[in-house]
Amino acid sequence: MAKIVNRQEMAQGTIILNEIKAPRISQKAKPGQFVILQADETGERIPLTMADTNPKKGTITIIYMVVGKSTARFRDLNVGDEYYALIGPLGMPTHVENVGKVVCVGGGTGIAVLHPITRALKEAGNEVTTILGSRSYDLLIMEEQMRAASTDLHICTDDGSHGHHGFVTQVLKDVLENNDIDLVVAIGPIPMMKFCSLITKEKNVHTLVSLNPIMVDGTGMCGCCRVTVGGDTKFACVDGPEFDAHKGDFDELAKRLASYLDDEKQSFDAYKNGNAQKTGNFDKT
Amino acid sequence: MADKKKKVPRAKMPEQDPNVRRRNFKEVPLGLEAETAIAEAKRCLQCKKPLCVDGCPVSIDIPAFVSRIADNDFSGAIGKLWERNALPAVCGRVCPQEEQCEGRCIVGKKGEPVAIGYLERFAADYERNNGTGGVPEVAKPTGKKVAVIGSGPSGLTVAGDLLLKGHGVTIFEAFHKAGGVLVYGIPEFRLPKAIVANEVAALEKMGAKIECNNVVGASVTIEELFEEGFDAAYIGVGAGLPRFMNLPGENAIGIYSANEYLTRTNLMKGYLFPEYDTPIARGKNVVVLGAGNVAMDSARTAMRLGADSVKIVYRRSRDEMPAREEELHHALEEQIEFVLLTNPTQFFSDENGRLTGMECLKMELGEPDDSGRRRPIPIEGSEYKINCDMVVVSVGSNANPLLTNSTPDVSLNRWGNIDADPVTGKTTKKGVWAGGDIVTGAATVILAMGAGRAAANSMHDYLALGW
Ligand SMILES: Cc1cc2nc3c(=O)[nH]c(=O)nc-3n(C[C@H](O)[C@H](O)[C@H](O)COP(=O)(O)OP(=O)(O)OC[C@H]3O[C@@H](n4cnc5c(N)ncnc54)[C@H](O)[C@@H]3O)c2cc1C
Ligand code: SF4
Ligand code: FES
Repeated sequence: MAKIVNRQEMAQGTIILNEIKAPRISQKAKPGQFVILQADETGERIPLTMADTNPKKGTITIIYMVVGKSTARFRDLNVGDEYYALIGPLGMPTHVENVGKVVCVGGGTGIAVLHPITRALKEAGNEVTTILGSRSYDLLIMEEQMRAASTDLHICTDDGSHGHHGFVTQVLKDVLENNDIDLVVAIGPIPMMKFCSLITKEKNVHTLVSLNPIMVDGTGMCGCCRVTVGGDTKFACVDGPEFDAHKGDFDELAKRLASYLDDEKQSFDAYKNGNAQKTGNFDKT
Repeated sequence: MADKKKKVPRAKMPEQDPNVRRRNFKEVPLGLEAETAIAEAKRCLQCKKPLCVDGCPVSIDIPAFVSRIADNDFSGAIGKLWERNALPAVCGRVCPQEEQCEGRCIVGKKGEPVAIGYLERFAADYERNNGTGGVPEVAKPTGKKVAVIGSGPSGLTVAGDLLLKGHGVTIFEAFHKAGGVLVYGIPEFRLPKAIVANEVAALEKMGAKIECNNVVGASVTIEELFEEGFDAAYIGVGAGLPRFMNLPGENAIGIYSANEYLTRTNLMKGYLFPEYDTPIARGKNVVVLGAGNVAMDSARTAMRLGADSVKIVYRRSRDEMPAREEELHHALEEQIEFVLLTNPTQFFSDENGRLTGMECLKMELGEPDDSGRRRPIPIEGSEYKINCDMVVVSVGSNANPLLTNSTPDVSLNRWGNIDADPVTGKTTKKGVWAGGDIVTGAATVILAMGAGRAAANSMHDYLALGW
């Protein structure tokens, strides 16, 4: 189970795609839902929103950026290898209905998360304008799939290597100026979501974001994933991961994501040096 | 039988030195030597009407197993325990004996009660270390299949009992390891994980299938399990929804629920970071809110992770602290400070969102409340600040709705706990039973096991006779 059947490297090898055997999950998963993966018994539980599912083949697809030890260990798994644990589908699915005109904004690996949502919104009859951003064109992922899932597609690059030279927020502003938009879905790095949210708030356009706090169980039993939404504490793993952008506290989320920065660096460095060194002032038991 | 005139003192459990153990994760009590166990067993008066048995939620024949230890028949003793209790190595370590068997023991009326818990543990450990490793024989297969959801003590008990009766059992567990609170909650220094693994392995030897990483309600529903061919289901998913204080600043970095803190440490083995990948904060000045077993486990874990100071902050007084007596005693020995009649009102953090302290109010005790304990009342103007870089909120848990949301025909009470028949464990859905913390709210290992046993009997009737 949880065997990798297909693996691709994207964005100059910084982003990895795994298609994984998971019959039960592939049947059940809906756009917006996530899974939790663990590389092996000593590994960390990492939540990843599914980029695609194939119920006929019984597979799901995840796409992740290698940012630390856990994702580096995922990267080192090859086709034929199995994840030690794969749990899902978790979280609330995206509420998909025909609202009219929708804008989907994606950045980084957020594009992968946005993909099934965009496709579902279009299939539900919406006119979907998609805006994708990346630092440079060679780091952009899933352009073709996103084009197929959208009514029309804009690309922005920070360095101007393709499409609009600048941030997705500038294009979003233009689109909102010139159209009557009913819904915006923005998924990507926290600053991107935060600034998209500020823009749509001004225009009073309902906006959804997908929040990605640190998680442990993913089933509501620990509270690690708590986020503040509209002044209330929510557990992103069961109440989300999608929330009303205008109510989200992005600054708190960014801080909480940095909880273990030092530990993560230590652990990643040790992994890169190929020696998981031991520390601690107590006996191992 | 003991010579009644010469009082033999109750056996002392050998333990790791508090100053050493407060910095390691090895088990604290070391277990009785055979000689000591035999001497302790001889203190039992072999009462005709044993009060201790009345105090035991699963009615273990205590004088019978104790007399076997006294007679040096250790395998006879474990046999007697197994008749009523599938997890004696666990219960000997974690049951609140002072409120149950030992609290009733006649010897305790004038002196110290027979150390029934120590003896239970002794017999179980002796069997594990010296026994044949054999498992009980199971009855001829009945062809029936049961889904047990949740692998805590309750689910494990149901699985064991139904396997014995010849039914096929698959245990579905959301986590990647079986054992429930016994693996994710109760720390290694109190209940070594190898013991739990041993119990789970015994069930597998008896034929149980264990499907980990299956969150029933999300990955599959009970209805779908019936469609897949299961004939009955048992819900033993525990009380996995942490309560927070709902105070300003509670999302600061460094504030954990006990569930998260203990899961990171025990299940994910954060205390072995970076050999294990899951990090856990190592607070220097730690506050634990609450005073139950979970709070003691959190406080003692923080000490072992290198804290300079660990405070238990509790709004009532020492007398109301609900933890097992032994845990309170161990915590004090390990230099954990009890700050009583004190309740937090808000948390402070720095510009990076990291916890720096909390404001507290002093309390006094008023009239008894619904729980029969005297109600704590804040003393006006008594606010003061405690500096801390970590807080573990350990004030109880509620029913997790993840599974029950997917089973509308299983009715719940107003707290979200499953409404199950107190005698049989039957729920309002045909073919579905429930027990343990998901029915009672957070309780004890032995009560969860007792509920499992009762349900297993009722399920067997249903499977064998159709009712
Ligand atoms: C830290 C701590 C210390 C404790 N100390 C003591 C003590 O000293 N003495 C004592 O008697 N009691 C103690 N308790 C209480 C005791 O552990 C519980 O009462 C007991 O474990 C309840 O058993 P259970 O089988 O009902 O549930 P649990 O042990 O909670 O097991 C439930 C299992 O179900 C799984 N699950 C949940 N939802 C799903 C789902 N949807 N699908 C599949 N699986 C699911 C969970 O992952 C878990 O493994 C303690 C509890 C804690 C948390
Ligand atoms: S009450 Fe005490 S003395 Fe009597 S049988 Fe039980 S353990 Fe022995
Ligand atoms: S990850 Fe534990 S409650 Fe959400």
